[in-house]
Amino acid sequence: MSVDKDTVRRIAKLARLAVPETRLEPMAAELNGIFQWVEMLGEVNVEGVPAMTSVVAQKLKWRKDEVTDGAQADALMINAPEGEDHFFVVPKVVE
Amino acid sequence: MSDLISMTLAEARDAIRAKTISSRELTAAFVGAIEKARPLNAFITEAGEKALAMAEASDKRIAEGKIGALEGLPLAIKDLFCTKGTRTTAASKILGNFVPPYESTVTQNLWDAGAVMLGKTNLDEFAMGSSNETSAFGPVFNPWRASNSNANLVPGGSSGGSSAAVAADLCLAATGTDTGGSIRQPAAVTGRVGLKPTYGRCSRFGIVAFASSLDQAGPMTKTVKDAAIMLRTMASMDPKDSTSVDLPVPDYEKLLEGGIKGLRVGIPKEYRIDGAPAEIDALWSKGAEWLKAQGAEIVEVSLPHTKYALPTYYIVAPAEASSNLARYDGVKFGYRAPGAHDITELYEKSRGEGFGAEVQRRILIGTYVLSAGYYDAYYSRAQKLRSLIKRDFERAFELCDVLLTPATPGPAFGVGAKTADPVEMYLQDVFTVTVNLAGLPGISVPAGLTANGLPLGLQLIGKAFDEATLLRAAQAVETAADFKHSPAKWWSV
Repeated sequence: MSVDKDTVRRIAKLARLAVPETRLEPMAAELNGIFQWVEMLGEVNVEGVPAMTSVVAQKLKWRKDEVTDGAQADALMINAPEGEDHFFVVPKVVE
Repeated sequence: MSDLISMTLAEARDAIRAKTISSRELTAAFVGAIEKARPLNAFITEAGEKALAMAEASDKRIAEGKIGALEGLPLAIKDLFCTKGTRTTAASKILGNFVPPYESTVTQNLWDAGAVMLGKTNLDEFAMGSSNETSAFGPVFNPWRASNSNANLVPGGSSGGSSAAVAADLCLAATGTDTGGSIRQPAAVTGRVGLKPTYGRCSRFGIVAFASSLDQAGPMTKTVKDAAIMLRTMASMDPKDSTSVDLPVPDYEKLLEGGIKGLRVGIPKEYRIDGAPAEIDALWSKGAEWLKAQGAEIVEVSLPHTKYALPTYYIVAPAEASSNLARYDGVKFGYRAPGAHDITELYEKSRGEGFGAEVQRRILIGTYVLSAGYYDAYYSRAQKLRSLIKRDFERAFELCDVLLTPATPGPAFGVGAKTADPVEMYLQDVFTVTVNLAGLPGISVPAGLTANGLPLGLQLIGKAFDEATLLRAAQAVETAADFKHSPAKWWSV
């Protein structure tokens, strides 16, 4: 499988990543180098092999469904690039 | 002053308890050394004032007889661990001004035990790299240089600031994180010890996420004993990380005693790779002889899917990264690009300007392998390969207690030497990445020097949650190797 310029543009859009037009071609070449190398996984027979879901045999713990933290609105806002009171400010979304 | 900073963590701890030195005295020596070592670029944020204040508070506790496990001991923290009130960047422009309002569990454990924070160490951006060259804050230089050369070498990565800081005596020990080798590889190429614990041993809460099913925090130290001391405090079950395990944390330092008589050491034949330098193979054989001489039994084992580990990793890790890094959108925290007209443009520009080249590459790989039509061919297949790789280890551990392998395919390389071809850089982790995919503990121990005077390490791999046996075997390698070398302090003029 090979990745072309249009594919890079499409996945960059999916990833919400602005990739300049001049970078699309070189990026396609870099990704192809990596994907060609990864192709070797195709030679392994994985018939009947379960996909890994957890690397450590462990049951996820249960806890009581209760509030343990909160009322941190000020702390949440201190790193906001733009905010007003306890609201994050973004460009207009709804006309 | 220089003998203060060249102490091991254990020696410093004992000296503080014996009251022959104060934490302030020790901390001041390190703060001075860090200032002189700025040419190495090992720290993104120095925290000298905070360190001295923490040391003074520690000295007060010592006077009152309240002595924690790491009381008064100055440490360096990889800038991937969130530290309350101290900037945490992940070496990325996108988090360049991020000041966490909370503390990571691992660092909280360290401060609760009385440790002192010297500063935040440099790393590859979001821990993605093997040479510390992808940092938005510039590369770190390895304290080691080849004999008869002034060329700067990389300190390994991604925990390159931590490895350089430990090797240059800028801290007693440092924290690192290891997703594919990011503790063990930098420790190996700087002649120091690096331990990646079993997945789940240390809490991941408050560590900037890269690949959540692979990331694990661990210590980078001067000796195996120091790694044992650090791990005991770093490890804990944490309600804030559901993957941290509810198992007792033993006193690893005490469990170092007892030797390795009868220990079965596996040598995986697939780790002998074509084109590896002869010095690596020779050191590996020597390591096996050292362990045999101390009473271990050497057995040959097979890990047949080894060669698929790196390609598997370069699907799984970017897939998880693309998902984890979706949170950086220029809205709630982090860098926001100026001049966006709508919300989509705000996301795209902030991320396009905020992430560096390698991070963008991995986000795109991850997005691609998770996208409709490719999920089964790539991601699902990689997760099956991961099961096979883990099964290889389970079978090998029926025949042995630990595995011995080289740590890296070669010594530290030149700055800029491997940046042109991503795959060539990825191959740095060929011996370490299998361990992350299988969730196992691994440690690299300095074992010798190349002909031109650069350190090389050996790696030991243990059974899940059996760090105690792993550390005991590592100490046996350390004792036999008797690696006493330190780099010449060329940066300190």
